[in-house]
Amino acid sequence: MTDKQAAYPTDRHYTREHEWIAVQGGVGTVGITYYAQSELGDVVFVELPEKGQALVAGEEFGTIESVKAVSEVYAPVSGEVLEGNPSLREHPEKVNSDPYGEGWLLKVRIGSPKELEGLLSAEQYHAFVEEEAN
Amino acid sequence: MLRTIGVDTIEKLFESIPSQWRLDRPLDLPPPAPEQNLVAHLRDLSRRNLDPDESVSFLGAGAYRHFIPAVVDHLLSRSEFYSSYTPYQPEVSQGTLQAIFEFQTLICQLASLDVANASLYDGASALAEGILLAHRARRRRRVVALETVHPEYLQTSRTLVSAPGMEIETIPAREDGAADLRRVAAALDGDTAALVVQQPNFLGRIEEIEPLAEAAHAAGALLVVVVAEAVSLGLLKGPGEQGADVVLGEAQSFGIPLSFGGPYLGFMAVRSEHLRDLPGRLVGQARDSQGRTGYVLTLATREQHIRREKATSNICTNEGLCALAASIFLATVGKRGLRELAEQNRCRAEYARESLSSLPGCRLPHPGPLFNEFVLEFPREALPVHGALLKKGIVAGLPLSRYFPDRKRNVLLCFTELSSRLQIDRLVKALREAL
Repeated sequence: MTDKQAAYPTDRHYTREHEWIAVQGGVGTVGITYYAQSELGDVVFVELPEKGQALVAGEEFGTIESVKAVSEVYAPVSGEVLEGNPSLREHPEKVNSDPYGEGWLLKVRIGSPKELEGLLSAEQYHAFVEEEAN
Repeated sequence: MLRTIGVDTIEKLFESIPSQWRLDRPLDLPPPAPEQNLVAHLRDLSRRNLDPDESVSFLGAGAYRHFIPAVVDHLLSRSEFYSSYTPYQPEVSQGTLQAIFEFQTLICQLASLDVANASLYDGASALAEGILLAHRARRRRRVVALETVHPEYLQTSRTLVSAPGMEIETIPAREDGAADLRRVAAALDGDTAALVVQQPNFLGRIEEIEPLAEAAHAAGALLVVVVAEAVSLGLLKGPGEQGADVVLGEAQSFGIPLSFGGPYLGFMAVRSEHLRDLPGRLVGQARDSQGRTGYVLTLATREQHIRREKATSNICTNEGLCALAASIFLATVGKRGLRELAEQNRCRAEYARESLSSLPGCRLPHPGPLFNEFVLEFPREALPVHGALLKKGIVAGLPLSRYFPDRKRNVLLCFTELSSRLQIDRLVKALREAL
């Protein structure tokens, strides 16, 4: 797998705020993209909502603090928080080292699967990043 | 100056202020006076003040007169400390940063909690900040507070927390002045972010913290303990040890003069899980590239200069010089000294309570454990009695009708290590004559 492919896995949806969501059954796993973590720099703290909290598509659900900035993360879809990634408390650097895998942020019970249709594909997101980078 | 900035008239300069907010007449001031006349006039005015050092004062209620060792002012007035403004650059401010770090450490030890900030403006605004912290931590909008929290702290908090849509409900105390646990528990619900209790409470009574902590936690709320008289921490258990999640208040008692009510010294300590919700500055101990210990501002990502409108709080400073005074004061009296000081306060208050309660017609509406304040009830209205003693140079505490209209016969009296037995006996004698 080349670095380029790793940066845009095709098995998930993307947002213009640089989050991804991978869906299995009615449950979505949410994280931030390779591009987002590389822009943030070394992540030192991740603040996530508690289990049971309601998410609203497009609204802020947590913050990621890196050595140089603090950024909000936004919900790709509406739903209910099933769990936050418990290993990020001790190892926030996983967001950098494995943004599409062990560095996931949340598991969400998706409220309205229709909202997924409004998200970007890997190809569209790739184009969006290229555009933003230029 | 107007020409330089390109404005014709002074009216034009203020044009951007909407006309309804502008004063449409000259200020109502007396004609100009020569400087020496003005100084004489101000001196005359200042003579109307009653100097607590020249009178016999038993006033407490949030501002406490304690002895300040000379070393406090001596060190404080060193120009390295006194004249530096926002001295937070680690490469030039190790002394100040270390002093703030020590202040934070001392507050943690007294509160029995994990982390304290570099200080806040005063006890009242510290409570508002503590409530906002609970709001951030719990995402709930109600606060339940005991009515025996300092009324001015509650008033300030109401002003500051109403903007994010928070409400503070107050719960009356029991007949004996202590928290009414049953009413408190009934008021706590799933939308309550915090329960607020003052220790010792505004009436001077010592509260039982543990059951209140249990009730708050059972409802998923934080327990915020307010300490207005910091010397009490020399004798009482650290509230953190009794289940408090946030301990905050006023540390004016630690080496800071009364000064007409300010500048004072707010403080706040929390459990480590609320570290990132802590408002204001935080100094941490670090190591430099050569392994030497150094002090730096830490976790600044919570603050306004990085997070702008998303900052944890709009507090972006601290009471540096007052915090330094408190650190010097505490280092001077030491652990045993603070305990002895607290003991002296309590003993004098106990002696006064015994003497005063035996006055004909006087009673103690709230008997029970006290620190250095208590409420005394006169057989008649307190204000005229208070006024009569004032004429003799005695300040017989605070008439409580100022805050509680139904407490017309009550005064709140305070006794510190500076209240001599002679002074207390003078108060008893003067009251016997006045009542």
